[in-house]
Amino acid sequence: MFFFPQNPNVTHNSNLYKRPFVESFEETPLLVAVLTYMGYGILTIFGYLRDFLRHWNIEKCHVARDREQQKDFVPLYQDFENFYTRNLYMRIRDNWNRPVCGVPGAKMDLAERVSYDYNWTFKHTGKVVKDVINMGSYNYLGFAENVGACADAAVDVTKKYGSGVGSTRCEIGNLDIHEELEQLIARFLGVESSMAFGMGFATNSMNIPALTGKGCLILSDELNHASLVLGARLSGSTIRVFKHNNMQSLEKLLRDAIVHGQPRTHRPWKKILIVVEGIYSMEGSIVRLPEVIALKKRYKAYLYLDEAHSIGALGPHGGGVVDYFGLDPNDVDIMMGTFTKSFGAAGGYIGGKKELIDYLRSHSHSALYATSMSPPVAQQIITSMKIIMGEDGSTLGRQQTQLSQNTTYFRKKLWDMGFIIYGNDDSPVVPLMLYMPAKIGAFGREMLKRNIGTVVVGFPATPIIESRARFCVSAAHTREMLDIALEAISEVGDVLQLKYSRRERPLPALGWMSEESLLQD
Amino acid sequence: MNFKNLREYLAWLYYQYLLITGIYVLEPWEKSIFNSILFSAIAMVVYTSYVFVPIHVRLALEFFSGIFGGQHSTMKH
Ligand SMILES: Cc1ncc(COP(=O)(O)O)c(C=O)c1O
Repeated sequence: MFFFPQNPNVTHNSNLYKRPFVESFEETPLLVAVLTYMGYGILTIFGYLRDFLRHWNIEKCHVARDREQQKDFVPLYQDFENFYTRNLYMRIRDNWNRPVCGVPGAKMDLAERVSYDYNWTFKHTGKVVKDVINMGSYNYLGFAENVGACADAAVDVTKKYGSGVGSTRCEIGNLDIHEELEQLIARFLGVESSMAFGMGFATNSMNIPALTGKGCLILSDELNHASLVLGARLSGSTIRVFKHNNMQSLEKLLRDAIVHGQPRTHRPWKKILIVVEGIYSMEGSIVRLPEVIALKKRYKAYLYLDEAHSIGALGPHGGGVVDYFGLDPNDVDIMMGTFTKSFGAAGGYIGGKKELIDYLRSHSHSALYATSMSPPVAQQIITSMKIIMGEDGSTLGRQQTQLSQNTTYFRKKLWDMGFIIYGNDDSPVVPLMLYMPAKIGAFGREMLKRNIGTVVVGFPATPIIESRARFCVSAAHTREMLDIALEAISEVGDVLQLKYSRRERPLPALGWMSEESLLQD
Repeated sequence: MNFKNLREYLAWLYYQYLLITGIYVLEPWEKSIFNSILFSAIAMVVYTSYVFVPIHVRLALEFFSGIFGGQHSTMKH
């Protein structure tokens, strides 16, 4: 018997795919991992030092603390994440929630702010940093605009309906524009019926509990979004987690579930719901949908697909992962997505069979208790969706082509430069690995110095050593903008020594060799 | 990376040191504590090795030359 070494990047059921499915997660170099842990160790020691000083009131404490009268109670504000926020996040907080003053389109204006007390408080200087290239917004198709067809239509609709509705869908908040929107979504997705909600997060967290309950089993990907996790927990079902995008792991859980049934009683599960996302927003990976559907059919489970990032952004017609893989939308039982990303609006939808939608209309909390979607937002979605579908008379698929060209170009360039980037070759979400805690802060600051706005992410959104910067490519980016951004990234990559990749690549130009790169070779 | 002069290169090396140890994010007084502890530790290591290593080396040499020298002499007989 021979055992062939298994390459995790190779698809095992390649006959299910119409096109190559290339996804890579290069291993963390050992030295980098060790240095990263060392960095966290040093920062943790200083964190304890600062906490000690705060405890004895040698230093002023700026964060929430238990009241003096309650100091013998079980502490209300203490856990590791709190320690982390206080002692690490606060030191580099200037990289996050920076006020944007204008449309966060391909370029944006940022309010300048300064801090005189090491990021505990910020002051606005009143100045504006103009024309920062935006590499962070989920504006995949470039519909975040304040001019153009979408914005005009939204203005007209505001003049007609106003901006608030003031009631829920099942009372008197059901406008004709909502019904029009839902019919359009159903047509766009190729499903029987659909329903729109005012918030994407609530669409997940309130509809999963409407679908499953006690005695049901939810199989959830380990990297699912917080809204899915919350929904699954609220439902009271048993939750089992499979490894990210790992079909062997999913199949094993499905088999076990069917063979053993519920714990103790061994009754069969009432239903089994597989919950996956289209594009994983931190990993840039695309779900192996053909295999998931094959498994779901074989084991007769239901499938809940969250297309928050993939709808509009993937597929030749912008129809999300289903379109990308050329599958039948009716194979997915519950198609969920949001309008916050590609459509430049707000809210979420659920699409599927008519019975499903009718059931949700009368059972989902966000249909019964949440005020319905604001009319200009609904109109923004309608107009942008029509543009994607080519119903406004413009060329079909223009944004999709632009986006996929930009994605390929951007990923290829970063790859050639020797960065470790994660994810699928076709995913517009591009995570670039930074690893060390200090580099999270340094990367964001250095990029902003070069007038490029990026998102940097660390623990708890990622595993502790896998801090990263995440770029979201948009159809609104021109080639020049991407080139400027790439040049800046390369420069910062040299200054911060981020070109960790040990893939075979052309020799770098001669220059001073850093100790680190010598050690890595 | 291209550097104009040695000073720039040293500044860059110091920057790498800040980033790798993570003290880049610390406040200046914390940085100086870390640096002083690290450098005094290194200084002590260097000093002890300067003081003690020669003695140990000499002792070791004597020890081994005693063994081998002794064997040598016994073999001669
Ligand atoms: C996978 C996924 N689902 C749901 C949401 C929540 O959507 P919204 O921001 O529209 O509330 C997000 C948002 O980031 C997401 O990434």
